[in-house]
Amino acid sequence: MSVAPKREDYDVVVIGAGPAGLAAAATSAEAGLSTLLLDENIGPGGQVFRAISSTPVTERDQLGADYWIGADLVQSLRAGSAEIIQRATVWSLDRNLDIAVSIGGASAFVKAKRVILSTGALERPFPIPGWTLPGVMTAGAAQIMLKSSALVPDGRTVIAGQGPLLWLLAAQILRLGGRIDRILDTTQRGNYLAALPHAFAFLTSPYFAKGLSMMREVKAKVQLVSGVTELSAEGDGQLAKVSYVAGSKRETIPADLLLLHQGVVPNVNLAMSAGVEHRWDDLQLCWSPVLDASGNSSVAGIAIAGDGAGIGGANAAVVRGRIAARAAIEALAPAAAAKLAPMATLRSDLAKAERGRVFLDTLFRPAPQFRIPSGDTIVCRCEEVTAKDVLDSVAIGATGPNQLKAYRRTGMGPCQGRLCGLTVTELMAQARGKTPQEIGYYRLRAPVKPITLAELAAVPKSEADVKAVVRG
Amino acid sequence: MTRNVDVIVIGGGIHGCSTTLHLCLAGLKPVLIEKDYAGRHASGVNAGGVRQLARHIPEIPLSIRSMGIWEKISDLLDDDCSFESYGQVLVAENEDELAACRARVAELNALGFTHEELIDGAELRRLVPAVAETCPGGVVSRRDGAANPAQTTTAFRRKAEQLGATVREGVAAGNIRHRDGLWRVDVGSESFAAPVLVNAAGAWAGKIASDLGEPVPVETVAPMLMITSRVPHFIDPVVILRGRKLSFKQFKNGTVLIGGGHLATPYQDRNETVLDWKSLATSAQTVFELFPVMRSATIVRAWAGIEAKMKDDIPVFGPSSRHKGLYHQFGFSLHGFQLGPGAGAVMAELIVSGGTQTRVGDLGIDRFYPSTL
Repeated sequence: MSVAPKREDYDVVVIGAGPAGLAAAATSAEAGLSTLLLDENIGPGGQVFRAISSTPVTERDQLGADYWIGADLVQSLRAGSAEIIQRATVWSLDRNLDIAVSIGGASAFVKAKRVILSTGALERPFPIPGWTLPGVMTAGAAQIMLKSSALVPDGRTVIAGQGPLLWLLAAQILRLGGRIDRILDTTQRGNYLAALPHAFAFLTSPYFAKGLSMMREVKAKVQLVSGVTELSAEGDGQLAKVSYVAGSKRETIPADLLLLHQGVVPNVNLAMSAGVEHRWDDLQLCWSPVLDASGNSSVAGIAIAGDGAGIGGANAAVVRGRIAARAAIEALAPAAAAKLAPMATLRSDLAKAERGRVFLDTLFRPAPQFRIPSGDTIVCRCEEVTAKDVLDSVAIGATGPNQLKAYRRTGMGPCQGRLCGLTVTELMAQARGKTPQEIGYYRLRAPVKPITLAELAAVPKSEADVKAVVRG
Repeated sequence: MTRNVDVIVIGGGIHGCSTTLHLCLAGLKPVLIEKDYAGRHASGVNAGGVRQLARHIPEIPLSIRSMGIWEKISDLLDDDCSFESYGQVLVAENEDELAACRARVAELNALGFTHEELIDGAELRRLVPAVAETCPGGVVSRRDGAANPAQTTTAFRRKAEQLGATVREGVAAGNIRHRDGLWRVDVGSESFAAPVLVNAAGAWAGKIASDLGEPVPVETVAPMLMITSRVPHFIDPVVILRGRKLSFKQFKNGTVLIGGGHLATPYQDRNETVLDWKSLATSAQTVFELFPVMRSATIVRAWAGIEAKMKDDIPVFGPSSRHKGLYHQFGFSLHGFQLGPGAGAVMAELIVSGGTQTRVGDLGIDRFYPSTL
């Protein structure tokens, strides 16, 4: 059943119920602020704690202890006064803090004094030859099926890419009895050396021991090929083979399923469409919002917490959510803020949670050939635009992603650039000898997620229109 | 270092780009200065309507001149601009509106214009089969059509550059002054000087005119558009309504563009607009009522471009009434795209030969100030 928001105005509207959103909404409501939490999924948790209230997986070890932390967060939120609406897709946010949200096929408009965006991360595009074939999917998509339905692959399965989540997924699949034939590790050999100076912080972070034991667990059961420098998916209308080069040796193996993953990047669409300033992050190779120490963005009243503020992982997300909420409380109800944990404590919690991140970012910085495709490899799936098409457009005068729209319609399909944006920016930057910052990104527009014409037509009219009708 | 050129054009919209190109064709060396990039604002993001239909009478001669260029746009630009000509149809939703259409066509005919043609319900449904049964007729302009606005504006800029124009994008024209018989403009660390200056700066042109002592009644507006997901092909011509704010166009790929002039709030200094979804909902409702086939389509994107709207809804076009060598080309008031090719050609004629065969006298800035020249 769908429920519309109870009010038109809130002190705080939190968008996204992942770790950051759960923590932000709980903190805000606890301080007595009218708080609305809008989340697109059927239950709270985001990706990290997906299906935390409903997963059919009952053996705690299979998903790992970190997963179940989500249950505590949800519990403390539900104990408070925050209004929580699931299956609520926010499709517009602007600099006046007007929010349009679609719930059960009907749109409602609410206004906030403060908005905390916690829309999390997306998987980085992995545009190799054949990545659009049926049978190739992202590791994240596989993890959604695993968490919400306990579904694991049973055909010939290859996992390719790099990063902590790749290992986590592999471990989760194996624990639930799924099949993995081979893991193709694309981590660049040079990254190990580059990451070394940051190793101390990582060794003393909680990630280290957990990561190491997980990798050991997976390696005991699956053949691992490291140093993969080329990768392609092949097949006639359906994935049949995976071909790769490691060392100087090319190998081709039959496969029914190829899971790709090379890290996650902030999901910037809603923030960018609201006019929040972003900068190119040269370490994480993505766009990150420009934020102050409390998560406040360039748009007054909009704060960003969680991985949408720059990839930091679930523990950091929780603290960032609390910091953003505390800043909102300081602004709207200073008396209540005095009773909360001091900001300094939260900031030191955050520093602790972010420890080791630079090491991970450096080690798992994806190689150029897996970010910047060439030739006939598809860049934009919605409009079937290849790398060569993009370069041809650059040659006749397309200078950035927004100009490219006019030549090739890239980014104008339903995904609004989520699957091609980073690739287009980096490809054009390389072709034009500019930095990604100079090249820029698509200007994003609402609706950030498509809504039906019928739904928009049913929206109550503005006062001006009503008056015009009354006057005849 | 000051570079001497023949003409300085400020503004890289379709008008500035077209004028620059036509100046090149006339053998002059112009410089085009654009603070963002060509087609960044209204020229690149408008509905792309190539429309003679339903125009204000003073701008019809310019529109007809422009139509001739549109029909050979590939010859001019080596780019088809995705121009297609399936006509534009104005739909009357009731008998009163049809009567107004009849009067309008008669008025145009009396003036010697024949591009608008009154149609009955049968012809309306032949042209637009999906339209609601209750609509009794309308007006068609059969040579009209649509083009891709960003592609078109970019093609004008590219061709102008190929023919020798200097193009400066990404830096605003500053310190505009007239000294020692020349117009002088700074562009970053560069300066340009020329006997002629063209003010084609769109939403920013009013301020330039005002700084030069010619303020005009102009405001900045941002008309909204939205586009849908692909739906099966059901309509060829561009459709506009007589009585309600709606325009409607289906592209070859099946997507449908919905416009009609509902306004967003422009934040001109930031190059931003904030959309008014409740007004867009009115457009959606109109489409919902008139085109049942559209009901299940999804809206994938909405936007607004920033542009200048005159109080009297017709552009400021022609020589300054105060300064020798200054020309204005702005204030196209939500219907400047189709005029771009012709306006550039006529502007080049005014600059090069001091006159034109195309009747544009009613569009001059001297409608606000008698010329002191």
